[in-house]
Amino acid sequence: MDITFKDVGYTYQVGTPFESRALHEINLTLRDHAFTAIIGHTGSGKSTLVQHLNALLKPTSGTVTIGDRVITPETNNKNLKPIRQKVGMVFQFPESQLFEETVAKDIAFGPMNFGVSEEESLKRAKEMVQLVGLKDAVLERSPFDLSGGQMRRVAIAGVLAMKPEVLILDEPTAGLDPEGRRDIMGMVQRLHQENQLTVILITHLMEDVANYADQVVVMENGGVVKVGTPREVFSNVQWLRDKQLGVPETAAFADQLIKKGFQFKQMPLTETELADELLPQLPQAGRNDNVE
Amino acid sequence: MSNKLLLGRFIPGDSIVHRLDPRVKLLMSFYFVGIIFLADNWQTYLFLFLFTMVAILLTKIKLGFFIKGVRPLIWLILFTVLLQMLFSSGGTVYWSWGPIVISSYGVVNGIYIFMRFVLIIFMSTLLTLTTPPLSLADAIESLLKPLKVIHFPVYEVALMLSIALRFVPTLMDETEKIMNAQRARGVDFGEGNIFQQMRAIVPLLIPLFVSSFNRAEDLATAMEARGYQGGEGRSKYRVLSWQLADNLTILAFALVTVVLVILR
Repeated sequence: MDITFKDVGYTYQVGTPFESRALHEINLTLRDHAFTAIIGHTGSGKSTLVQHLNALLKPTSGTVTIGDRVITPETNNKNLKPIRQKVGMVFQFPESQLFEETVAKDIAFGPMNFGVSEEESLKRAKEMVQLVGLKDAVLERSPFDLSGGQMRRVAIAGVLAMKPEVLILDEPTAGLDPEGRRDIMGMVQRLHQENQLTVILITHLMEDVANYADQVVVMENGGVVKVGTPREVFSNVQWLRDKQLGVPETAAFADQLIKKGFQFKQMPLTETELADELLPQLPQAGRNDNVE
Repeated sequence: MSNKLLLGRFIPGDSIVHRLDPRVKLLMSFYFVGIIFLADNWQTYLFLFLFTMVAILLTKIKLGFFIKGVRPLIWLILFTVLLQMLFSSGGTVYWSWGPIVISSYGVVNGIYIFMRFVLIIFMSTLLTLTTPPLSLADAIESLLKPLKVIHFPVYEVALMLSIALRFVPTLMDETEKIMNAQRARGVDFGEGNIFQQMRAIVPLLIPLFVSSFNRAEDLATAMEARGYQGGEGRSKYRVLSWQLADNLTILAFALVTVVLVILR
């Protein structure tokens, strides 16, 4: 299910003194089965953009095409449910959306809203709890007794239980410890590779972009300024710094090496790539020493 | 959602009215509600209307925003006006049907009540549009001070008020966020019959309460960590100052009262 933006603009609170334009002239296609990362400075319109993907916001100008549904400024608010089932959205700090008395019920809440039977929903809850790396025992506990990291996983499980085709994650690892971060990103990557899920990720962590994404969208002041593969986007270190964005540690290090006279066939984005590129360039003398 | 809630919002600006002492603005808004009942004929209403328009002009805020402030209350106003028109007798009777009478007295009274509503809303909108909520809280604290004599917890009330005001926008954002999150999970807000609508509120209310509790706990901890020990012996950062313009405002309102008494 491709999602296409055509000349999309969005203005908050039109017609009041608090009017503010969040998006303008967005033309963008998010391909089916792709892992897209959206990066940009805080307030660049990333979160506003993704809320168009499941019609939580309707464009104030232009059209958004989600699969075979076309969303225009005039689109009626009714009958948007099928879109929301296909496009699952995990908001920032999703743990604040938990409310049922048990974890199982909370995870089953989404599917049941879309007409899945209670029995089937609870079965899905069980599957999802395992998928996000929690133990079955958690199912009967209250979500408010859990730790922050566990609550986050339950919330994500609640979205996955709707079996969406597109998964949107707005900074899913914000405020988690390094291990929790790796776990969640690993899980997202598995879903992307094994279940062919389309993933759209908003993040400030360039390592995650380099490691997982195959398409990067760079946003600035409510507009899209660049779309490309991570390598294309990260190859121009200075340009990104001007946009107040970082580059992955590896790319930053490689950039330093380039200034010292090293040459790379392509910009290394991960540690492995960097090591592979560096090895043939190490002085011949050093190797000979080792042999002797 | 937040589009509709223009009533009670502050528009930053730099007009004479913006710079007035919030205590004066608050007192005079209440005073205005009082003196509006002095008006009892078309001359007095016209005079009050002109006075309000001058005050609005001085704020340098577009008249449209004041009219928008009336909009949420328009049904209440029309309802009251209609009641007044249909059920008060006296003067020439134009039309009658059982207990329902349209009389000249009723029509005139209806118009007066309409004017009263609109003028009061204009004035209170003027107060909230030109005064930051925190200044209002300061003003209330300052005005309640005499109540200390009867052991009224002035400081605590003021603190609660300013914290509450500070968190209104935060909670609104939070509400909107949770609403969106639940919508994304298939909840329809404001659809279906009354029971379905009430049930749809649960996934919004519980997270809101929970996050408010958490927020209160965090805030209390942070306040204690910064040395907060209660109201006694604290100094103030925002000090209200009474200036010439404030005296002039009071003078203007006194003059309005005099004119009203003469015209009535």
